[in-house]
Amino acid sequence: MLLIHCPYCDETLPELEFAYAGEAHIERPKDPSALSDEEWRDFLFIRTNPKGTHYERWRHVHGCARYFNAARDTVSDKFLTTYRAGEARPDLDRKEAAE
Amino acid sequence: MSTYRVSGKGRVNRGETVRFTFDGTSYEGYRGDTIASALLAHGVHLMGRSFKYHRPRGPVAAGTEEPNALVGTSRGKGRFEPNTRATAQELRRGLTVESQNKWPNLKFDVGGINDRMYMLFSAGFYYKTFMWPRSFWDRVYEPIIRAAAGLGRPPEDLDPDRYASRYLHTDLLVVGAGPAGIAAALAAARAGAEVTLMDEHAEMGGSLLSDPDVTIEGAPAWEWLATQLAELDRLGVRRMTRTTAIGYYHQNMVGLCEKLTDHLDDVPADAPRERMWRVRANRVVLAQGALEKPLVFDGNDRPGVMLAGAAQTYLNRYGVKVGDRAVIVTSHDSAYYAAFDLADAGTRIAAIVDTRDTPRDDLAQEAKRRGIDLLAGHTVTGTSGRLRVKSVRVARVSGGKVTDGRAVACDCLLMCGGWTPSLHLFSHTKGTLKFDDALQAFLPDYSAEDCHIAGAGRGLWGYEATLSDGNAAGVAAAVALGHEAQESRIEVQGDRPGTGVTHKELPTDGQPGRARAFVDFQNDVTAKDIRLAVREGMRSIEHVKRYTTNGMATDQGKMSNINGLMIASDAVGKAPPQVGLTTFRPPYTPTTFGTFAGYHRGGHFEVTRKTPIDAWAESHGAAFEPVSLWRRAWYFPKAGEDMDAAVARECAATRNSVGIFDASTLGKIEVQGPDAVEFMNRMYTNPWTKLGIGRARYGLLLGEDGFIRDDGVIGRLAQDLFHVTTTTGGAARVLTMMEDYLQTEWPDLDVWLTSTTEQWATIALNGPNARRVLEPLVEGQDMSAEAFPHMSVAECRVAGFPARLFRISFTGELGFEINVPARHGLALWEALMKSGAQYDICPYGTETMHVLRAEKGFIIVGQDTDGTVTPGDANLSWAVGKKKPDFVGMRSLARPDLVAPGRKQLVGLMTGDGKVKLEEGAQIVADPNQPKPMKMLGHVTSSYYSAALGRHFAMALIEGGHEMEGREVYVPMPDGNHAAKITTTAFYDPEGERLKV
Repeated sequence: MLLIHCPYCDETLPELEFAYAGEAHIERPKDPSALSDEEWRDFLFIRTNPKGTHYERWRHVHGCARYFNAARDTVSDKFLTTYRAGEARPDLDRKEAAE
Repeated sequence: MSTYRVSGKGRVNRGETVRFTFDGTSYEGYRGDTIASALLAHGVHLMGRSFKYHRPRGPVAAGTEEPNALVGTSRGKGRFEPNTRATAQELRRGLTVESQNKWPNLKFDVGGINDRMYMLFSAGFYYKTFMWPRSFWDRVYEPIIRAAAGLGRPPEDLDPDRYASRYLHTDLLVVGAGPAGIAAALAAARAGAEVTLMDEHAEMGGSLLSDPDVTIEGAPAWEWLATQLAELDRLGVRRMTRTTAIGYYHQNMVGLCEKLTDHLDDVPADAPRERMWRVRANRVVLAQGALEKPLVFDGNDRPGVMLAGAAQTYLNRYGVKVGDRAVIVTSHDSAYYAAFDLADAGTRIAAIVDTRDTPRDDLAQEAKRRGIDLLAGHTVTGTSGRLRVKSVRVARVSGGKVTDGRAVACDCLLMCGGWTPSLHLFSHTKGTLKFDDALQAFLPDYSAEDCHIAGAGRGLWGYEATLSDGNAAGVAAAVALGHEAQESRIEVQGDRPGTGVTHKELPTDGQPGRARAFVDFQNDVTAKDIRLAVREGMRSIEHVKRYTTNGMATDQGKMSNINGLMIASDAVGKAPPQVGLTTFRPPYTPTTFGTFAGYHRGGHFEVTRKTPIDAWAESHGAAFEPVSLWRRAWYFPKAGEDMDAAVARECAATRNSVGIFDASTLGKIEVQGPDAVEFMNRMYTNPWTKLGIGRARYGLLLGEDGFIRDDGVIGRLAQDLFHVTTTTGGAARVLTMMEDYLQTEWPDLDVWLTSTTEQWATIALNGPNARRVLEPLVEGQDMSAEAFPHMSVAECRVAGFPARLFRISFTGELGFEINVPARHGLALWEALMKSGAQYDICPYGTETMHVLRAEKGFIIVGQDTDGTVTPGDANLSWAVGKKKPDFVGMRSLARPDLVAPGRKQLVGLMTGDGKVKLEEGAQIVADPNQPKPMKMLGHVTSSYYSAALGRHFAMALIEGGHEMEGREVYVPMPDGNHAAKITTTAFYDPEGERLKV
């Protein structure tokens, strides 16, 4: 069972308290009606599904109930970092270099 | 007592005898015996029949890896367990044991005919042998195969035992309490770490329990062992026995199954049978040792043929010699020590057959000293004996030729094909393995977790090597935990080091095609089967495994995986690592469902949510149905009524006078804040800006894909406050979806969302007399039609309680929904029942609610919709705000597929005379005489008898249904095809006149 750091509670807690919520950094278009069918399809359905670092959303559903973002390695399942919703995608190389 | 018990040997308690029965015969063993060791002490090797061929089988191992000696055990009603490993189950007084896979009895078994027909049951026989004629499959082949197949028989009664569950946090978890594990635990505990040490056996010591003659740090092995265990206790190490690490999960979480009572004569009342531990460890040391491999040759499965290490364990740990005259066949040095121990205990060693050309010098000397015939560079080509091995045929191998075959009489044949490091748990962590060419074994490579592997588990052999390695692992773990520690060498005298080679099946001078050389004993897979699988095109080891079933039995290939791989890689012509190793998956050993379920069974399996009015419904004889986690009153039968009669009566009473319904399970969400109306506009399809305070509206919620997700009536209580209702099952989903948009897409909106489902009890009153029942109880609200019209909401008092009162209708009748704080729900219900007595007020349940709403064509989300239904499909376009700039799902309503013709649309279905009840879920076709497979147009979603219409009616989703009104379609059902006419869904009071009162 994974341990997940909630960036709002600032605690590392078991996976049971959290729920996965899909890929991160997919922003709902401000004016959906202006989008072509293809653009709207891409927003609705097309996801990156990478092997390696995946930016994804989680919710601390049995805790503070906040949505937050995480970078997770889909090969090892390890969480590389978590950060608050709305924050920019972290530069993981620089973060690693700093550590 | 028994003839094979050796005096002065073993750790069983000779002062305490334990009686048990095996297939009805009473036997005696000692405290500390397993079923297998006690039976072997009586000379009983035959303990079961094999899975496919029903061949006689005896124990081949002495631990949980045992593939053959699987038995049924029982402690009385409900406490029967199939496939208990006789080699692991400790004796207890009164234990009842039965053998499996035999009829009429173990010694004479009719199913053994399969063995003569083995040519029919070769690899992949499922796919080819029983194919023709086609019609034979259902009537002949399948029933016979099903009757003959399977391991053991399943328990028939509910398991009356209790199972427990606990969490444990520890600095260091050491898995396996053999020499390496004990050394690791000790090193870490001495350095100050907090340590948990566990082992699946009844006592700790691992291989040391089978090797009393080595001397460790100057003390005999068992004395050293006792000293170390005492020190571990002194250091506060948590020691757990009869505990198996079944799985290694993310971030050092290890699942342990602790067996608590199966070994006890008398089980204390309420004691749990097993306990699941979820252990989170900072560091883990895996010291699981190695598993001995069989050799693969014709007749290697006969009772009396077993692993040399197992024979050594039966002798030294249990004081049982497995035979009087043994032949050893080995490719590893370790079997020599087994031979020496047995020889010293009085078993005549007829020969040691070493497949290698040059045995180690000192071992050869020792054999010679004991007068043992050592046949180096030899092979075994077969065995004889029906229920027990009688002789073994040995032959010389030189230059690839097998010559000079001769039979050697024996009553047991002890084999050793080397040792497989036990890396199951390591593999659960996604740690990678690497093939070691020198050892011909897979060893741990990259580890994804904070774990160390020590001892035989990483290919080491001999006590000094494994003990010292365990010490090093313990030190490394302690240092990683921030303690100071130094490695030290643990010295051993009389050590038993060794090396060996790994073989495919042994060479033979017989016909390989006729050899019954077993690789997987439990699934009856032979070397020939694996070669056949490769010949028939299987190249990956995963395909070979599935085609032959090698390694797929309950032992999960603990003994067969590597032998299978060696044969497959030889057949494919590639090196073993190129052919690959199958994936290890938890659990390590078979684990009861009870252990996984723990406390979550019966009423604790999942919560049952009950409304404040539930107790009233129960005491008034309601039948209940589950709706998501809720238990809801389904209907209220009177004496002699069945469901149909009760529902028809409830429907009529509601339409004719007044019905009362507990709607408390409806989801309720309070949407509040300065931006509440904007939020509602964005979430729901409907426009909300102009909805006045005190007014209510039907709200429709779509997913971003344009399909209906939920619906419910929403009331506006203030400029900034909406009382949202959702479907019973959708409440949590809707709140989650709202929170998601609010938190992540529109964090600028100033809105709070609060779940209030359980804060309010909700009672619906419907029927022409509803106002008359309610009005006398209402304070603070004019109830006249003018002051409180349809689709109104007000805050007032009802029966003295603060209330949110809605005038809405899910039945088409004059209707009210009264919300009061949940604690007053029952009192309100009783007040309404009292007030309604003069109108014969009728409590009704969910079934009547469903019928009444269907008569009006109102949908139930999830019944009349299935996640691919748009508002237009469901006749709800009127609920979609045409002038809104955006709402969730709006853009999708213009997607090409959602505007294309031929969508499944909701329509009514009426059969000719109304006497037929169409089945919900039944398919619909245009022409029942078309050839199969028929083109299916859709399916029936709702179907009921209507008391108001005096007939059955149905709703259905049908392709292009809105264009087909008046057309006839057909509904094939088990009793024939039924014609039905497509209608609108407004079945009753289409003009809505009944609301205007």
